[in-house]
Amino acid sequence: FSLQEIHIKEPIEKQVNPHLLPGELLLCEANTVYKYIQEDGSNRGTYGKLVCTNFKIAFLDDESASDDNEPQLKNKIVGENDITLQCVDQIYGVYDEKKKLLTGQLRKYPEKLIIYCKDLRVFHFCLRYTKEEEVKRIVSGIVHHSQTPKLLKRLFLFSYASAAPSNTDGRNQTMMFDTLEDWRDELERTKGNVKYKAVTINEGYRVSEKLPLYFVVPICVSEENILKYEGRGIPIWCWSCHNGAALLKMSAFPKEQDDSTSQTQKAFLDGIYKTISKAPYELLKTDDLSSSLPSLQDIQTAYTRFKQLFLIDNSSDFWTTDVKWFSLLESTNWLEIIRRVLKKAIEVAECLERQHTNVLLIEESATDLCCVISTLVQVMMDSYSRTKSGFQSLIQEEWAIGGHGFFDHCSHLHKSDKEEAPVFLLLLNCVWQLVQQYPPAFEFTETYLTVLSDSLYVPIFSTFFFNSQHQKDTNTSGESFKTQSGPFRFLTVWDWSVQFDPKAQAFLNNPFYAEKPKPDKSQRKTTRFKHQRQLSLPLTTTKSSTKRGFFREETDHFIKNILGKRIGKLINSSDEPPNSFREFYDSWHSKPVDYHGLLLPRIDGPEIKVWAQRYLRWIPEAQLHGGGTIATAAKILDLMEEVQSLQVKMDEEHCQAVSGDVHSVPLLRNSARLSSLFPFALLQRQSVKPALPTSTWKDLEVEDDLVKRDDEFVDLTSDMP
Amino acid sequence: TLKDGTNWEQNEEIPRLPGETRVTDKDVIYMCPFNGPVKGRVYITNYRLYLRSAENDPVVILNVPLGVISRIEKMGGASSRGENSYGLDITCKDMRNLRFALKQEGHSRRDIFEVLTKYAFPQSHNLLFFAFLNEEKFSENGWMVYTPMSEYRRQGLPNERWRVTFINEHYGLCDTYPSLLVVPYNATDDDLKKVAAFRSRNRIPVLSWIHPETQAVIMRCSQPLVGMSGKRNKDDERYLDIIREANGQISKLTIYDARPNVNAVANKATGGGYEGEDAYPNAELFFLDIHNIHVMRESLKKLKDIVYPNVEESHWLSSLESTHWLEHIKLVLTGAIQVADKVSSGRSSVVVHCSDGWDRTAQLTSLAMLMLDSYYRTIEGFEVLVQKEWISFGHKFASRIGHGDKNHADADRSPIFLQFIDCVWQMSKQFPTAFEFNEQFLITILDHLYSCRFGTFLYNSEALREKEKVTEKTLSLWSLVNSEKAKYTNPFYTKELNRALYPVASMRHLELWVNYYIRWNPRIREQQPNPVEQRYMELLALRDDYMRRLEELQITNNSKISNSSASSASPSQMMSQVQTHF
Repeated sequence: FSLQEIHIKEPIEKQVNPHLLPGELLLCEANTVYKYIQEDGSNRGTYGKLVCTNFKIAFLDDESASDDNEPQLKNKIVGENDITLQCVDQIYGVYDEKKKLLTGQLRKYPEKLIIYCKDLRVFHFCLRYTKEEEVKRIVSGIVHHSQTPKLLKRLFLFSYASAAPSNTDGRNQTMMFDTLEDWRDELERTKGNVKYKAVTINEGYRVSEKLPLYFVVPICVSEENILKYEGRGIPIWCWSCHNGAALLKMSAFPKEQDDSTSQTQKAFLDGIYKTISKAPYELLKTDDLSSSLPSLQDIQTAYTRFKQLFLIDNSSDFWTTDVKWFSLLESTNWLEIIRRVLKKAIEVAECLERQHTNVLLIEESATDLCCVISTLVQVMMDSYSRTKSGFQSLIQEEWAIGGHGFFDHCSHLHKSDKEEAPVFLLLLNCVWQLVQQYPPAFEFTETYLTVLSDSLYVPIFSTFFFNSQHQKDTNTSGESFKTQSGPFRFLTVWDWSVQFDPKAQAFLNNPFYAEKPKPDKSQRKTTRFKHQRQLSLPLTTTKSSTKRGFFREETDHFIKNILGKRIGKLINSSDEPPNSFREFYDSWHSKPVDYHGLLLPRIDGPEIKVWAQRYLRWIPEAQLHGGGTIATAAKILDLMEEVQSLQVKMDEEHCQAVSGDVHSVPLLRNSARLSSLFPFALLQRQSVKPALPTSTWKDLEVEDDLVKRDDEFVDLTSDMP
Repeated sequence: TLKDGTNWEQNEEIPRLPGETRVTDKDVIYMCPFNGPVKGRVYITNYRLYLRSAENDPVVILNVPLGVISRIEKMGGASSRGENSYGLDITCKDMRNLRFALKQEGHSRRDIFEVLTKYAFPQSHNLLFFAFLNEEKFSENGWMVYTPMSEYRRQGLPNERWRVTFINEHYGLCDTYPSLLVVPYNATDDDLKKVAAFRSRNRIPVLSWIHPETQAVIMRCSQPLVGMSGKRNKDDERYLDIIREANGQISKLTIYDARPNVNAVANKATGGGYEGEDAYPNAELFFLDIHNIHVMRESLKKLKDIVYPNVEESHWLSSLESTHWLEHIKLVLTGAIQVADKVSSGRSSVVVHCSDGWDRTAQLTSLAMLMLDSYYRTIEGFEVLVQKEWISFGHKFASRIGHGDKNHADADRSPIFLQFIDCVWQMSKQFPTAFEFNEQFLITILDHLYSCRFGTFLYNSEALREKEKVTEKTLSLWSLVNSEKAKYTNPFYTKELNRALYPVASMRHLELWVNYYIRWNPRIREQQPNPVEQRYMELLALRDDYMRRLEELQITNNSKISNSSASSASPSQMMSQVQTHF
């Protein structure tokens, strides 16, 4: 299937029909809808048909993209003027120039519809020229299908999966972590298999529906213990560092009123800690993320404010907010949250890398901030996680299989708006900071992260649409779903060919990536390179009996803190100098970067930036013609292409076959004139007229006396002839 | 060779430039704000302050031209208690402070304080600037970079509507203007004299730049002497009309007054003012709301407070906003965009002025020219631009920077030129392929704006420079730069002729120039060399290598030598080597 049909011009037959995916049904439509190209007051736009299906809202016009402005990063599933129902953030109606949020039942129908999308696009549709019945149908249709709560089974994912033939790409290198082998491979890769084991105890979800089918625990933890509290209070393995120290996570016990229950739990935890503090395990540090990081509610509030800054209605909106831009940004708190999360990840990395201790992350569910920190730590410490397949495997492991509540947190069907929290987006924002600070360290580009964030709202992939592996399994194996053709299977987002053709996929690969030297291909997966930096750091000796003794003494005191008032603020604070974080950070930053080694984000104020590509890409005022980072990237890509063609020529001269190892390079037509918003927006401004601020700040209150002065005080009156 | 190009002769304790002489040295404790106290020895020459730590691991070195020193203060007294409380506190013009602790016994700091004061402020001690003692030799002569006549010729001037006048040859018309001026063909030298009487400090409207297609021009001048009574001057009015007619395209002339409206009005009280509607019916006047030199000085001071020595931890963004520094940058850029756009797409000639026409006016005209004329985006073109719009048109570098002057609180000091360079950096950041020069070039210019090693930025006007024989007795900064161009070249530069380059003057895109303002902080320093640039350079080298070898291969194949060379590796192998080589 493809969406090509929409874009074919049909001069004779005016009627344009939406292209529908398998399982997609047209629900309602309206004709002669006027879509503004951009709300700059010029009222330029196009007429077309607005439709709503069980998958998307789409605007179809006859003047669709000609070859010249066909986007280079064309999405095969979601077109430029398509909005998936899950991508709709808010819908406003305009009544007599006044904006009103549209949610449920409507008594009056608006003359204009503004749709704000979760990928930050803003659509303005004028309904003044549309027939009244059609307005009623389309507006209530759109509001109903995108804004009101639905049952899970109503998700397009299911209609699509049962109608579409499943032909998943077998060559995908991403580890899905839905088999025992994947976990064992990962244990082997990280050399964690000495002290940790993959367990099958949760087959049939015997332990818990929240836990994945397979997971990894310390070898010494018994099945009986795992079963006891449905997996709560059990350290679950995330990753092992090259020095053997491991990153673990644990789901905490809920606050218990009942004293005897909490006593039993205390004893249980006591036992667990005793077990995993014996040799061969390292000293353990715990970190209760629910008290050391912002709450999900804080994150949601911050992001809600933050995204609002980028959902811009018109040019004057843009310039009005520009005046106080920095304080507006700060007041959202979003960048500060990113900074705190990155800082926490550095702290954890320091424990693992330098102090050689195990770190146990604790959280009520162990599926939110635990995922963020664990993923970030691995991206920083394990260069495999900075490759595309490594990163994707990590997202599978920690998030998709790990049981992050995507369905609830993205509020895909508005079933639980209170649960909404952009935890995964927070992770992507943090990873982006690293990507922009250390471009050669990542196999993927920021464009990859941006399209990944967009994919959160495309309900043909199962990856981001369930709360847990259990939820996904029960919904696929249930009686109610049977397909006509073969087994019922969902697509995974990691099969990028579903959304992008090979040419567009090239934008996901980083041309600056400093590939790891591959000395021996057979060993590649398991070879561990010593981090250069690590050699220069004072490492704690591997086995320090005194420290372990210390731990035992501390256990009781520690356990006291665990119960009653959540897990206490840890041993961490008591046994290390307060400056050890700063020292670690400064010492790392004073040395040259090894792109395959440990990578620490810079977190000082000026270093934390706004992910411009994701947040500014649809705003015409923010566009730089022929500028932005794409300008240099385009130069490099052009040069790579030149080098490759030279290579081909040389091979021809050598009469050799052309090597198949060549990466494909995206062709950038007219690259010198690309906009900084490339490869996303195709906003064509009428002219090269510069964007000029329409409102600027003029008031300086404090230095009023200075303001009134002239540059140099000279009375010119005396000079006059 | 050290970073700044000085040669370090053998058996010398410190690097010295030819002509640089040692004056004194002393054991001190350098109170490093980042790494704590460092024991070392400080050496003072007639050009620099140099500190080398006693410890070698890590070795700490300070290499500070005395010209950057703004203020030297004694801290603590002979009876001060507490460790390292007695010494010197040095405030620099380049966003840092230096603090040295000395032994309390025997007035140990008196000597060093006096030497430092004397050589850091030569103007206040009847001494020569180091630039007059500098005996460096360079392969290029930077004084040859700018000759007004050839720059005007490059612009296609003189032509049938614009002429070159020598009326100011001996600075008789205006002592802060260059000797050579371009004025409308239809205005006689006599007219110019009459106009001069009505313009502050005789700075009459003269041509800065002409658009090659529209023939619209950018003119610069000072404010008209309107005064409280609203005086008019027929000659000035007629002169502006001649300018308007010269490109014959549009009915109105556009005047940009860089100041905020209220300030322009307030200037009437002291005899200044702006072009009123009644007197100039064929002109449209716009105020660009750029603040005065005092506001800019305070703004930079606030910026220093939040970045030095430590970067404000919490509330970084609102702290940055409260300095207003980027807001001022935004206003200057916005003004320049308006000027450029009016000349380019508005096809209208513009006149730009502020009060005296040597601060805000220079910023606006030079930035607009940078946006419109790609020549100024080359290394030499930029040198010409600075030489022309700033140096020759009398930006008062000596007063604004306070070269060799001990009066650190002088109200004439202001970072106007720094602000201009910051605007240029913002543009180069937004358009990373449009400029031939790199960030290092801009930083080098700023370093030598203060250093007094070159004559380039000394004195307030051409007239004074001529009197002091600057071009004969000193070296030009451009000699240093042009002798080592590769160091200052942006590898991504793509030559594009006549493309107007409009930056987006939005806070969403403006950034604090961390590599300049926070460069002393080891925690913030960015990765050098830039990895993306490095990658590009590697690819360039690979391409050149391939081209060379391909040529060789073709020659070999053509001469039909059947035994092809076995020595060279397969090219595809080479490719993968390069990809992995970092």
